[in-house]
Amino acid sequence: MKDFLARYWRILRRPPRHLSFGVIILVSFSAGIIFWGAFNTALEFTNTESFCIGCHEMRDNVYAELRDTIHFTNRSGVRAKCSDCHVPHDWTHKIARKMQASKEVWGKIFGTIDTPEKFQNKRLELAMREWTRMKANNSLECRNCHGYEYMDFTRQSPRAQRAHSTFLETRTYTCIDCHKGIAHRLPDMSQVPLWNPSIPPEVRPGASRPEAPEKEPL
Amino acid sequence: MKPWRNLLLFGIAFSAAALAQQPRLVDPLRGQTPLAEEPRPPVLYNTENKDLRRERAYTMQPPTIPHKIDGYQLDKRANRCLFCHNRDRIGETQAIPLSITHYMDRDGNVRAAISPRRYFCTTCHVVQTEARPLVDNDFLDVDTVLKRTGGARTPAERIPAQ
Ligand code: HEC
Ligand code: HEC
Ligand code: HEC
Ligand code: HEC
Ligand code: HEC
Ligand code: HEC
Repeated sequence: MKDFLARYWRILRRPPRHLSFGVIILVSFSAGIIFWGAFNTALEFTNTESFCIGCHEMRDNVYAELRDTIHFTNRSGVRAKCSDCHVPHDWTHKIARKMQASKEVWGKIFGTIDTPEKFQNKRLELAMREWTRMKANNSLECRNCHGYEYMDFTRQSPRAQRAHSTFLETRTYTCIDCHKGIAHRLPDMSQVPLWNPSIPPEVRPGASRPEAPEKEPL
Repeated sequence: MKPWRNLLLFGIAFSAAALAQQPRLVDPLRGQTPLAEEPRPPVLYNTENKDLRRERAYTMQPPTIPHKIDGYQLDKRANRCLFCHNRDRIGETQAIPLSITHYMDRDGNVRAAISPRRYFCTTCHVVQTEARPLVDNDFLDVDTVLKRTGGARTPAERIPAQ
């Protein structure tokens, strides 16, 4: 066995005698493309909704709830998939998120949320992770579809107008601060800032906090 | 015996016919659709989302909600209404604060937090739509009634003369 390995190691180490430098470059280049493509395809598959709801933990709780919301069915028929909100489209973020996802496989094996009761007990913790992530990236996923620059405030309801033109403009809050629970049911919110008077709100660093706006005449 | 039996049978048949003649009971929600068939659902009215408050018909009327509440979670885990309407949130949201009755227990003591019987807002408050009422409504508000009976007095008139 040792001899065998040693022999092949020698072959590998030997500089090529019959191949031109160009061919080597070409072959490794195309091999690279193929591997990259396969890697990408594998990642693409893990981005599909059928992959996510392959696990009953995801299908019975969060997916079932999503089906009632505006991001699943609406007037215009445009919808958001799991990966639109949970896996950033940007490549580098994508890899980072996949590394984190290995924890979910671990959770699957050890059944951290495999009954409705366990899921409810763990829900606040899971939701917190998502909120922290979205707060840190300034709700990047939401903004992939909802561009603040393209929002026509005059077409929004007065309530939305007021909230967006004050707190979004000054970057006091980001989408997820005000729109928690947009896609699924909320966990117990009694320990979450803005939902409990005794917990001070977290403000984005560097943001200016406006005075409460004057109420516009109706 | 036979004539009696015939008479009895005739009587039963007659009353059955009379019953059938009576106006059919019409369920206002089903309309005229026979029981075995499925009625066509009425058009869904869009909830008004104009942020315009409507007048109240009487002093203790729970005001109608001038905005849409689609998807607002309201259960023991989360109360979306209080996210905006709670005392400490109205500065930012400019929502109308809950009136003091929402903090009172049934003995009239004012509490620091919302009274449990007022927690589920939508038992009393409803959204606004342009829907036609299903049944006629001849409600008159108190001012109209007073005007009709000639009993209306301005607040100034109500101050006892010195
Ligand atoms: C192998 C089964 C499985 C699949 C497939 C799966 N999940 Fe999960 N997911 C879990 C489990 C188990 C947890 C709980 C992990 C824990 O206990 O920390 C979880 C947790 C989460 C969380 C909570 C936040 C966090 O960071 O823990 C999100 C968001 C999530 N999954 C989204 C997705 C999305 C999006 C997909 C498809 C791309 C997906 N999941 C596919 C089993 C799965
Ligand atoms: C419109 C964006 C959006 C879509 C689409 C979406 N989610 Fe979420 N998801 C969120 C947000 C935001 C949270 C953070 C908790 C919250 O606010 O409800 C979350 C939380 C979660 C959690 C943590 C547990 C919880 O409920 O808080 C899981 C698991 C999850 N999502 C899985 C999924 C899966 C699986 C899909 C696809 C079937 C999906 N999500 C689709 C936005 C979305
Ligand atoms: C895949 C694109 C997509 C993503 C990602 C997305 N949305 Fe949406 N969202 C939509 C569309 C499309 C609608 C409008 C549906 C309609 O009205 O026809 C919508 C509607 C909404 C509404 C209006 C709800 C209503 O009742 O009118 C809110 C609020 C919202 N999204 C917030 C969010 C937030 C917060 C996030 C991030 C967690 C997010 N969206 C992520 C596509 C997206
Ligand atoms: C200061 C809190 C706040 C922030 C931050 C915020 N929103 Fe909103 N948003 C609201 C309120 C309040 C409404 C109106 C009430 C509702 O729909 O629940 C609203 C409504 C909307 C609507 C529906 C518009 C309509 O006319 O009904 C969309 C879409 C939306 N927000 C998207 C976003 C997105 C995307 C972001 C981040 C870029 C964001 N919001 C950030 C408070 C906020
Ligand atoms: C995003 C913040 C927000 C949320 C969430 C919200 N409201 Fe409001 N509400 C307002 C604002 C702001 C007003 C003031 C009028 C306007 O601009 O619509 C208002 C007005 C009202 C009024 C009218 C009071 C009056 O005197 O006429 C009622 C009633 C009401 N809301 C009930 C509710 C209920 C019930 C819920 C939950 C199902 C709810 N609101 C959720 C912001 C909110
Ligand atoms: C038991 C019925 C009931 C419930 C439940 C209830 N309300 Fe009311 N609400 C009323 C009545 C009656 C009034 C008008 C008289 C008054 O102000 O007490 C009112 C008035 C209001 C007003 C207007 C206050 C003002 O000063 O003009 C707001 C805003 C309001 N309610 C919001 C809410 C919200 C938010 C909830 C849920 C947390 C809620 N209400 C639960 C009965 C109810």
